[in-house]
Amino acid sequence: MATTSSHEDPNRRDFIHIAAAAAAVGGVAAVAWPLVDQMNPSGDTLALASIEFDLSKVVLGQQVIVKWRSKPVFVRNRTPKEIAEANAVNISELRDPQTDAERVKPGKAEWLILIGVCTHLGCVPDFGQGPYGGWLCPCHGSIYDTSGRIRAGPAPLNLAVPDYAFLSDTKVKIG
Amino acid sequence: MSGPSTYEPKTGIERWLDTRLPIIRFSADLLDFPTPKNLNYWWTFGGILTFCLVVQIVTGVVLAMHYVASADLAFNSIEHIKRDVNYGWLIQGIHANGASMFFMAVYIHMLRGIYYGSYKAPREVLWILGVIIYLLMMATAFMGYVLPWGQMSFWGATVITNIIGSLPVIGPAITTWLWGGFAVDNPTLNRFFSLHYLLPFVIAGVVGLHIWALHVPGNNNPTGVNVKGKEDTVPFHPYYTVKDGFAVALFVLLFASFVFFNPDGLSHPANYTPANPLVTPNPIVPEWYFLPFYAILRAVPNKLGGVLMMFAAIGVLFVLPWIDTAKVRSMRYRPMIRLFFFVFIFGCLVLGFCGANEPDAHPFPGGSVGTFVDADLNSFVWLSRLGALLYFQFFPALLLVGLIETPLPTPESISSPVLPQGATASPEKKG
Repeated sequence: MATTSSHEDPNRRDFIHIAAAAAAVGGVAAVAWPLVDQMNPSGDTLALASIEFDLSKVVLGQQVIVKWRSKPVFVRNRTPKEIAEANAVNISELRDPQTDAERVKPGKAEWLILIGVCTHLGCVPDFGQGPYGGWLCPCHGSIYDTSGRIRAGPAPLNLAVPDYAFLSDTKVKIG
Repeated sequence: MSGPSTYEPKTGIERWLDTRLPIIRFSADLLDFPTPKNLNYWWTFGGILTFCLVVQIVTGVVLAMHYVASADLAFNSIEHIKRDVNYGWLIQGIHANGASMFFMAVYIHMLRGIYYGSYKAPREVLWILGVIIYLLMMATAFMGYVLPWGQMSFWGATVITNIIGSLPVIGPAITTWLWGGFAVDNPTLNRFFSLHYLLPFVIAGVVGLHIWALHVPGNNNPTGVNVKGKEDTVPFHPYYTVKDGFAVALFVLLFASFVFFNPDGLSHPANYTPANPLVTPNPIVPEWYFLPFYAILRAVPNKLGGVLMMFAAIGVLFVLPWIDTAKVRSMRYRPMIRLFFFVFIFGCLVLGFCGANEPDAHPFPGGSVGTFVDADLNSFVWLSRLGALLYFQFFPALLLVGLIETPLPTPESISSPVLPQGATASPEKKG
């Protein structure tokens, strides 16, 4: 009898085994996911999505660091010379090719707003340092130009541009 | 080597317990474990490491009674422990320096295992469990270093978690998941504290497996020759309890010299500044025990490449038993691979030196000597690359030297390690 039943494929016992195993796997997954997902950003962390900033605080040629989503954001008031330097670059030579115009809002070329986190390993680059007058990361020596584009060192990408919008000439909303 | 149990219950209570929970038999067999009689002091680091683990757990549990895992309060709670809590300065000093002592001992223990071929068959699983313990130690130490929430804590955590973020596709999602936010912040500190408390007990569990795996084939020994019989062994107690105890006593002297005379000697001044997410201290350096890996990370000009090289430097240890082609275990009888081994240690030291310095600084006097490929030849970038070469050369060397090297004659057994005067050794005889 054992031989005949084992040839009936799938038999009722196979069905019960598969159904029980599937229920167990599904149950474990359903319990495991909350335990994994609890470590992702919580609701109140996600809620801190945007901030407003008064641009009149930033003197020409200087930058102010604002904290947004626990990260530093650079708000830089660029001089005409710095803007000219950023535009004078041959784009094809860049590691992460982008024109300066793609990194600022139209007509607001003096305001460069960037996430101040080095794209290598997350340090905060120092303002005005390095051969291009942009930023120099103190951790592993990544060098950024006056458009925040990576020019030398280990970082793979340009300093990221956050989502932001001008509410007025002197007020910007980041996020 | 674990032969039949020699325990004889002597009292009625022992006999009663022995048939229900043979825990006295288990302990007696551990103490009586037949151990090669020629173990040298390099073998005492197993006992020293057990001591370190116990010290870290005991002091850590006490510190957790006073520490506050909150981004606003953590830094001050450590100062509170050091200044106000009764004997807090002592307990915190032991715990913080204990991490360094633990790593010093584990590096000696690992190098001893490599030198005497302790990872080779039949001890591969024992070795792999050891590498797992080492990885768990690195994770635990890293998370522990974050807890004081000083500048070096914060930025060390930022850099290390960003290393994981360099993995393609899944990296950024994993980093956000680890952070519990968009940067290292309060949620990160809280979970690191939780895991820092948990992992030592995981380590203790794996140490149990490590000792279990040790007790199946028994200890290797300085000759690397298998134990042939009872004449080659002595019981663990009292012979090695006393030897290990003496070594632990010497180790405690060194430990105490740091705790009492130089408690901050191995830490970094920047960690006495509270964490500031908007300013990165310059330079940032990891604790000394991570410096070689940090130097490898920085030696590679590509982000993902550097991360992969750093992981490879540790990952290669897992396959050590299979890339070593030699039949003879102990380097005592392998003069050729011994040279490569010392070059490997030298490479570790060079990398450690590089990791402590800024990449663009000049290691040798004389200043810049001109750019070679992408960095000044007289820079820590190139010295790190040389160090990485000296480090990684050892693994292909293990593979190749084992094929071509003629080992020195190995002794017939542990009990006859010294050849009689005038006797000619036969190179064919390998233990």
